[in-house]
Amino acid sequence: MAAITNLPLLLRNVTYRTGGQTLLDDISATISNGAPTAILGPNGAGKSTLLHLAMGLMAPTGGWLSWGGRTETSPIRRAIVFQKPVMLRRTVRGNVTFALSQAGVPSKELENRLQSLLQRVDLVALADRPARRLSGGEQKRVALARALAREPDLLLLDEPTADLDPAATRAVEQIIAGAAASGTKILMVSHDAAQVRRLAGDILFLVKGRLRESAPTTKFFSETATPLAQSFLRGDLLTEA
Amino acid sequence: MDDAGAWRLIVSADPALYAIVYLSLKISLSAVLAAGLIGFPLGALLAFSSFPGRGAVIVLTNALMGLPPVVVGLCVFLALSRSGPLGSLGLLFTPTAMIIAQTILIMPIIIALTRQTIEDLWGEYRNELLAMGLSPLGRLIALLYDARISLLTTLLAGFGRAAAEVGAVMIVGGNIEGFTRTMTTAIALETSKGDLPLAMGLGLILIAIVIAINASTWLLGAFARNRMG
Repeated sequence: MAAITNLPLLLRNVTYRTGGQTLLDDISATISNGAPTAILGPNGAGKSTLLHLAMGLMAPTGGWLSWGGRTETSPIRRAIVFQKPVMLRRTVRGNVTFALSQAGVPSKELENRLQSLLQRVDLVALADRPARRLSGGEQKRVALARALAREPDLLLLDEPTADLDPAATRAVEQIIAGAAASGTKILMVSHDAAQVRRLAGDILFLVKGRLRESAPTTKFFSETATPLAQSFLRGDLLTEA
Repeated sequence: MDDAGAWRLIVSADPALYAIVYLSLKISLSAVLAAGLIGFPLGALLAFSSFPGRGAVIVLTNALMGLPPVVVGLCVFLALSRSGPLGSLGLLFTPTAMIIAQTILIMPIIIALTRQTIEDLWGEYRNELLAMGLSPLGRLIALLYDARISLLTTLLAGFGRAAAEVGAVMIVGGNIEGFTRTMTTAIALETSKGDLPLAMGLGLILIAIVIAINASTWLLGAFARNRMG
């Protein structure tokens, strides 16, 4: 088990077409260990689709992906937090315990692991509340706890702080930074340039299904090469590409 | 009509009357239990699986929800009668035969409603469960567990049908006094004999029981929903 790793995650000529539309067009990238990688881009760029492919939830219609050399898609040590995470009809405790037992944690270790996860996402006080009654920010933290329960070496986050207020955003960003610091590779979708600047080490800039730029964060923000990226950073509405 | 007579029977706790009530409950609840044990997994399986003719199977189970009890009774009667395929078991005109008939009668309801519930929940849970790497069996268990409150209502629908029907239990049970007489068959019999107070008393008890079971299930569901969201 310890030998299995998802890194590097390779995408080679990955294309995804559905219903006559090309959502992703010939994307090649290598995601290696290190600081978080952000997928940045305007709405409809194909960011979420790319993340679902990276999780192995769907197969590309062209090209291929591999996780640490494996092309088999079972989500070992890999986890995802969806943009709108679905809470199981259970308590917070029930949600996280379910994720832990699915990750193969033996039952005698469940309670310890549960408590440390709840502390990590600051949900100890809400442990016995029904998860579906929580606020959006609290649900995001439940989803993060469920994802971290898998002890992922690759953690995929789809707009982790969309629709959250500044306090909730801060809480979630701290959890993300903590996971990254403890060695989990994070691949996160965002359309928030400021957040990407705070968290990410490098950036994949996606527009209309095409990878327009791939650069370290500092370089991307200081000397963005493409006019498209420049106009995105200026806050222009990217309607054409 | 002499309503006072009906009340007197209820209040005086007539032992024959309570034997009938007990048998009715025993048969209908056993049938609901059996239909749930078989119908929940089958319905969930139908929600997931894809095979040629799946649409036809779904339409058929939906249609069978309206299965006429007398037809079920007739079929079970033929199967259990002395010259039938299961005649050697000697089950005809026993409570067991009545449970079998009611189980068959309400099975389509359980399967059809379970299929719908699980299919909807799967649509919602799909990505999360796949991302956790659940096996097909694991998904089945997780979905049935998380749908448990809705499935409780499914059981109620089945119980309502079982408790209310008279045709199937009449045919395979035979309405034998003290042995296979249920509330519904007794009501039918007493009405035809002209003993309206007894029929009325039984009718009132039947309605009261159905309301009580629905109310307690509703309370249980409300409690669970409050705790689990």
